[in-house]
Amino acid sequence: MSPPTQSKAPIALGTRGLSKSFGSLAVARDIAINLPVGARYALIGPNGAGKTTLINLMTGMLAPNAGQIFLAADDITALGPQERVRRGLARTFQINTLFAGLNALEAVTLAVAERRGQAGRFWRGVGSHSETIDEAYDILRKLKLGDSCYQVTRELPYGRQRLLEIALALATRPKVLLLDEPAAGVPPEESGEVFEAVAGLSDDLTLLFIEHDMHVVFRFASHIIVLVGGAIFTEGTPAEIAADPGVREVYLGKRKHG
Amino acid sequence: MSTATHSSAMTPQGYLQAQSRWHPLEIAFWLATLLPFVLFPDYLSLASQIAITALFALSLDIILGYAGIVSLGHAAFFGIGAYSAGLLAKHGWGEPLTGLVFAAAIAGLVGLAISFVIARFRHFTLIMITLGLGLLAFEAANRAHWLTGGSDGLQGVSMWPVLGLFKFDLYGYTAYTYSLAVLFLVFLGARRLINSPLGLALRGIRENWVRMPAIGADSQAHIRKAYTIAAAIAGLAGAVLAQTTESVSLESISFQRSADVLVMLVLGGAGRLYGGLIGAIIFMVARDQFSGIAPQYWYFWIGVLLVAVVMVLPNGILGGLSHFYARWRGK
Repeated sequence: MSPPTQSKAPIALGTRGLSKSFGSLAVARDIAINLPVGARYALIGPNGAGKTTLINLMTGMLAPNAGQIFLAADDITALGPQERVRRGLARTFQINTLFAGLNALEAVTLAVAERRGQAGRFWRGVGSHSETIDEAYDILRKLKLGDSCYQVTRELPYGRQRLLEIALALATRPKVLLLDEPAAGVPPEESGEVFEAVAGLSDDLTLLFIEHDMHVVFRFASHIIVLVGGAIFTEGTPAEIAADPGVREVYLGKRKHG
Repeated sequence: MSTATHSSAMTPQGYLQAQSRWHPLEIAFWLATLLPFVLFPDYLSLASQIAITALFALSLDIILGYAGIVSLGHAAFFGIGAYSAGLLAKHGWGEPLTGLVFAAAIAGLVGLAISFVIARFRHFTLIMITLGLGLLAFEAANRAHWLTGGSDGLQGVSMWPVLGLFKFDLYGYTAYTYSLAVLFLVFLGARRLINSPLGLALRGIRENWVRMPAIGADSQAHIRKAYTIAAAIAGLAGAVLAQTTESVSLESISFQRSADVLVMLVLGGAGRLYGGLIGAIIFMVARDQFSGIAPQYWYFWIGVLLVAVVMVLPNGILGGLSHFYARWRGK
């Protein structure tokens, strides 16, 4: 019953029989996914297919009605969101979910301090945690946010806020990173910049990203999962998906006209 | 913009360290708190009340101003601290400093217990819960006449001299010195907390409750910690009032006190440490002056002031001042 895996690499994140419904509306049906370590998977599908719901289920922001979620070999289905983050499963949000009144340096320093278990300290200044700050600044610099890290988040240009979404997730040192439309709302000519940053992430990091722009998907994904109506419609390599007439019908064709 | 270019020459660590550096205006503020000794020696009792109220407002600022945790029942901790210190002194131990520690510990323990409820809720639910708990505390103090004296107040509180040397005098000289010293020392601690990683985490909770678990944060643990500390400080404020006035009235645990401290914090500007202090000064001086003109209706003017400030200066008086200061510096 287990789905075919595309590589012999060990599984970083897996789901088995994952289901969720709101009343009579099934938003996830019997979803089985296996993300091999280091994978670059894209999750595509028409609006309302349940892509964000799937990320919410995987990260514990929604509780499933049935099924299990595994991080490496561990069943994490019963764990709360922050416990999953601590074990190495991080996400970003489609709609900016940032600390509007903090600047980028403060926000990422907070995230690093949380990971290092320092955030409960109230007897030492933030400024004296030099390793934490250095690590935060390193992350910001890698995402080309070094120059604007003193600017309060709400005043950052939108594209930089999207990069800060990723920076906050990276500060948790994830093994698996789920990116919910990382370039959502960014003008097409600038979305490449966001995905270049994504592509530049470490090879050990396992990635799953939701994206609507097919050019971007085919360029950055090694494997594509197509979700329709809360269920996996099909999955395969970009070439297989591009050649699949069924996918063209439910998704690609529609997108070209829409 | 100018601040961004200005600080780009700094290292990130230098920038964060600079956040907690003392501003000259802060030093001026604390020096000014000594002026009543020279300028208004007849008003030292009032000055002492202001310092106590400022300490109480500071405790609310930690949870409301920084973590965004609303409370309409904060006087419960003030009252618990006041009764603890008062009862300890009444029953034979009148040493002030250990009395303070005792009262802060009791209020902190109650705060810790309640924080397990508080940390689970937000917004409107939280307002109702804290309101309910505050009323509960008031009625408990009212009914326990045998212990608290109920509406007659707790009488027979007799304090020993501070450090065995300074008796609480009629002019309020010792009282103000004592209140001010406690306020300043606690302020140093609160200032440290606000600039600590926990302070940053509290601001994170205020700025985005949803994101916190996604960066692996246990927001509830942070809130429990901050709430316990705030409760202990509120208890400390109550204890100082009980000790300096050598009595505890039922008013110290009333809803009115919870509402007043909220008004002060909003007037002065929440989330800036000094907002509660400035708010307490304005509120208490206004009460003293207006109640001389029209004793029955002095709250009318506080109402006018509150509505005007909230409409014109959403971040309070201090928020408005710092906004104008920044614009003036920017030119």
